[in-house]
Amino acid sequence: MSAAREQILSGIRKALGRGPLDETGLAPIRQRLQGHSRHIIPARVNLDAEGLVELFISKARGVSATVEAVADMAAVPQAVARYLTQENLPARLVQAPGLADMDWSLAPTIAARSGLAEEPDEVGLTPAVAGVAETGTLLLTSGPETPTTLNFVPPTHIVVLRRDQIVGAYEDAWDRLRVNTLLAGRQPRAANFITGPSRTGDIEQKIQIGVHGPLRLHIVIVEC
Amino acid sequence: MKHHPTSAKFPSNARTALADPVLQGALRNLKKGFPVKRAEVVADLPEFEALRDVARDIKDHTLNHLDAYLEIYEANVVRSGGQVHWARTAEEACETVMTICRDAGARIVTKGKSMVAEEIGLNAYLDTRGIERVETDLGEYIIQLRDEPPSHIIVPAVHVTKEQIGETFRAAHNGLDPNRDLSEAREITDEARDRLRQKFFAAEVGITGANFLVAENGSSIIVTNEGNGDLTQTLAKVHIVVASLEKLVPTMEDAMAVLRLLARSSTGQEFSVYTTVSNGPRRPADLDGPESYHVVLVDNGRTAMLGTENQDMLRCIRCAACMNHCPVYSAVGGHAYGWVYPGPMGAVLTPSLIGIENSGHLPHASTFCGQCEQVCPMKIPLTKMMRHYRNQAYASGHGSKISRIALGMWSYLATHPGLYRRVMKIVARGLRWFAGRRGSLSRVPLAGGWTEMRDLPAPEGETFMERYRRERGRGPGQ
Repeated sequence: MSAAREQILSGIRKALGRGPLDETGLAPIRQRLQGHSRHIIPARVNLDAEGLVELFISKARGVSATVEAVADMAAVPQAVARYLTQENLPARLVQAPGLADMDWSLAPTIAARSGLAEEPDEVGLTPAVAGVAETGTLLLTSGPETPTTLNFVPPTHIVVLRRDQIVGAYEDAWDRLRVNTLLAGRQPRAANFITGPSRTGDIEQKIQIGVHGPLRLHIVIVEC
Repeated sequence: MKHHPTSAKFPSNARTALADPVLQGALRNLKKGFPVKRAEVVADLPEFEALRDVARDIKDHTLNHLDAYLEIYEANVVRSGGQVHWARTAEEACETVMTICRDAGARIVTKGKSMVAEEIGLNAYLDTRGIERVETDLGEYIIQLRDEPPSHIIVPAVHVTKEQIGETFRAAHNGLDPNRDLSEAREITDEARDRLRQKFFAAEVGITGANFLVAENGSSIIVTNEGNGDLTQTLAKVHIVVASLEKLVPTMEDAMAVLRLLARSSTGQEFSVYTTVSNGPRRPADLDGPESYHVVLVDNGRTAMLGTENQDMLRCIRCAACMNHCPVYSAVGGHAYGWVYPGPMGAVLTPSLIGIENSGHLPHASTFCGQCEQVCPMKIPLTKMMRHYRNQAYASGHGSKISRIALGMWSYLATHPGLYRRVMKIVARGLRWFAGRRGSLSRVPLAGGWTEMRDLPAPEGETFMERYRRERGRGPGQ
């Protein structure tokens, strides 16, 4: 429907009272697109690393996520096993292939499989690109190492987040992604900002946690 | 079923709504909910007011360079492996979606909540062409089963009680225990989750709207709480994004600035649960995600608004703050407005899109209290725009004969100050005399519409000018 395209574009130009932009007209637009200049960033994120971690944790808890901190990656399997027991969940999970070097012999009760999530998988375990302190938000991306279904299909989503991945604002998180993207040469298909477990207010505006996405979001912060 | 516009019948729609006790209960809930939460989170973000100016400027800049940004956006979608389809009209947009569905061999199509899909009548279009369309937002699913249009742009089933939803589910969901408990929101939500799960996995095509289209990288962004939009677009083979032209922003930084306003203004959350940035189809090594990605760019009257007094309305991000704070919406609900967009934003957008002749009453559905403008994150001058439509309706001869005569008399009086003062003296004293001891009037000539539902408080008997002279005579400082 290129006729539609031409008609819409010429309609816009006519409405704006000008023809197509020439190089001079396009220059500020190119500059804006390449400059990535930020607008106002909330002052609440003007904190040191310690402060950002604290803000992230309190904001994430405020939106019904649960958070625990562990000393190192070796402590994650046992933390996950404890969480599943405590929530009365089966000791089975699907993990992102990117977490393949997780040593499950440290938590022998857990049966872990790597790959994408399907029905009726109960628990998904993934890494994240960043944690945004501003609102307790996680940034996850799709990729061969991190299938998106893990974030949405299982009713329980556990995220492993390194302490040094916690940043202040959404823009900081996106900058980390831009760096990764430049290295990989391409933006991932999906980038998911996730703030707490799924919820709805569609029935008489009473908040229900757990609708189509996960009912539980558990964040394990790894100190180093 | 196709829902035809009934905006021209606003007065009788409103009367029905005011007499509906179930609706009135739901609307009272709404008034206590969103505005209170919004006020809390806005107070928690000292930058909120300054961000409103930023957001307005971002959209104004984009709209004034819309052609250039659209071309850049399109090139970036193609670069990421997606396709862009341009649609001038609702019909063209629906045809495009249907063609993609047919090419994908689609039988089941899941759909996330999209106001522009409602606007272009996509639901009826798919339903009458052999597609099993499944709404996946809980509120949309409820009204789909009830065959009703949405009554609010964020909580589409706000007018339905949980008892009614329980009955609807019992009637629609075969093969379950007829005596199962559906008395609480929890059980209802769980049943919807189970039902829709099967559909997410079975659907060949998933359709979502977009809150933003980003020129910088050709991404579309949706903002949701339930996770239905993500399952819709991740599990189907084909993802179709239906979006109107004005969703465009230049960069991710621009989107993030507006995102800081969106959820706060809308549901009173600091940030929605899921903000999802989608960029083309699955990459070669990906394990999941759609195999193809299409964007249907819908004009349907937008370019005609550009460069006119209606352009400001194209900044709207569909947050619903205006209707959540509107005394008229709070009294009559969304269905009374008779088309897709209710509340103050609907009173302005509806005449822009379907013509003032089909929506003549909507710009009058306002007390001009200005609350909508106070809370609009994009600083859209809603009352000014409604006034513009009122003028247009008057100039083109709409409105009742009585109101036209009354307005004619008023405008003559108001432009002849000497006569105005003399007449007002008589009117003020006359109304006071008629009101007697009650101090209010239940019937006033030419104002039957006003006094039908309420009494008019009578004047004190003295006009403002008389009082002003008297008070000023006392000198300053008293």
